[in-house]
Amino acid sequence: MLSRRLVLWSVFVVLLLALPPVVVALGQPFYIDLVRRIMIFAIAAVSLNLILGYGGMVSFGHAAYLGIGAYAAGILAFYGLASGWLHFGAAIAASALVALAIGSVSIRTSGVYFIMITLAFTQMLYYLGISLALFGGDDGMRLKTRSRFPLLDLGDSLHFYYLVLVLLVAAVYLTHRIVSSRFGMVLRAAKSNEARSRAIGFSPYAYRLLAFTIAGAMGGLAGALLANHTNYLTPDFMHWTRSGEIMFMVILGGMGTAAGPVAGAFALLFVEELLARWTEHWQVILGPLLILSVIFFKRGLAGMFYKPDA
Amino acid sequence: MLEVRNLTKRFGALLASDGIDFDVREGETHAVIGPNGAGKTTFISQLAGNLVPDAGRIVFAGEDITRLSAPRRARKGLGRSFQITSVYPEFTALENVALAVQAQSGHSFRLWRPARSDRSLIEPARKVLNDVGLSSREGVLAANLAHGEQRQLEVAMALATTPRLLLLDEPMAGMGIEESQRMIDFLGSLKRSRITMVLVEHDMDAVFRLADRISVLVYGRVAATDVPDKIRRNDEVRRAYLGEDA
Repeated sequence: MLSRRLVLWSVFVVLLLALPPVVVALGQPFYIDLVRRIMIFAIAAVSLNLILGYGGMVSFGHAAYLGIGAYAAGILAFYGLASGWLHFGAAIAASALVALAIGSVSIRTSGVYFIMITLAFTQMLYYLGISLALFGGDDGMRLKTRSRFPLLDLGDSLHFYYLVLVLLVAAVYLTHRIVSSRFGMVLRAAKSNEARSRAIGFSPYAYRLLAFTIAGAMGGLAGALLANHTNYLTPDFMHWTRSGEIMFMVILGGMGTAAGPVAGAFALLFVEELLARWTEHWQVILGPLLILSVIFFKRGLAGMFYKPDA
Repeated sequence: MLEVRNLTKRFGALLASDGIDFDVREGETHAVIGPNGAGKTTFISQLAGNLVPDAGRIVFAGEDITRLSAPRRARKGLGRSFQITSVYPEFTALENVALAVQAQSGHSFRLWRPARSDRSLIEPARKVLNDVGLSSREGVLAANLAHGEQRQLEVAMALATTPRLLLLDEPMAGMGIEESQRMIDFLGSLKRSRITMVLVEHDMDAVFRLADRISVLVYGRVAATDVPDKIRRNDEVRRAYLGEDA
């Protein structure tokens, strides 16, 4: 079972490794940028999946961390600090801190209240972004400088592409380790049956909060990457429709599976791209497609590849 | 081991626990019986920490636990099984029990090593599964177990927390005759190994075979506490409860 998954993952990674030279040879280098953007969103979706799919926490505000990560990098660049380590470190730390704060309040609630409270916090951050006139207000701002790393030039399309690929694989692997660990078992058990968890001695709150914080940190990393990708940041990164999009990737791909969020990000953004090229009214077609896909793939796209154990 | 004094719980106008006094001695099996609506589940929920009493005290192993949360009580050695089967349906039988072992083995902020291959969890879990007779089903998802097997798993999970006091809320609920018989035998073996138990049960056969003492709960009050033979002959109990059944 595991080896079959490993083979599928290896094939997937090899395809992504081979993609840039192939599309360049075909005279379509544009695809490098597209797939890079998709992979950045896949990282965000992987992080949301940790709390949504495995933890049962329906966070409708995950775009907050994209925004915080992007602003962390952008603001440092604005003040002339270009170190990539600093940008990414600040993006991850700031997102983790904000997730810790948001989580400590919202995890006390559940169900619809949890959805609404995470949405409300993110809307607050969105409006905060709009009010930051120094950093472009609702127009946003260009990055003064991309994040700089030794030996690595994020201005170079290929360098950046492979960096994102490595980080995506790392995010998937890290999540896999976490959900299989003792910690992950507690997290998934609390989602499965909270009363039972409490009866055998687990207090789920602290475990959920840590998962929420880790997911926020990973989302912040995706945010810093996204700012570098577009070379621009705007409060729109934190708009609630963006949160919805990330959530949809996870649901479409398959909640609580390793491959789900990645498959969902690729499927959603590819279809979006193709439709947008075909007609400007692409959303009219995408909507029904999404509804059909949820009806027909109940376990998500990843459900087609493997069945649950036993 | 367990001392309950004047336990009172009110739901609106309904007095579900009306000044309950109740004791469990080390090593005894203390059954709680009573007609439907007598407040048995309310009582056990307060013992386990799922309901907060309006008044009264619960002392467990010399410590006042009246205000402790359910998880804290569980970590102090109060294990419980539920009347309505409450397992992790999307985990295997072995994982269900391993989680219960894990719950008692310190904090779980360990994020890297896979739990599935952790021998310090798996081996005790296998032993408990073997004790309840579910060894051959360890790899089956709990959702796919037969009802009787889920009941066994329910008890196995409570046991795997190595409780000092086991609260069993109708362990025979919904079981066939044969399954009940096997469960009674199993609980009998627990009793012989001197595990302290509070047994809430409708099945009178089970209660009279297993209990050292029986408390009869009627309208939220303890009508009588005594050894099985005396309870059988107690007039008040007959009127209030056994008479209805016979």
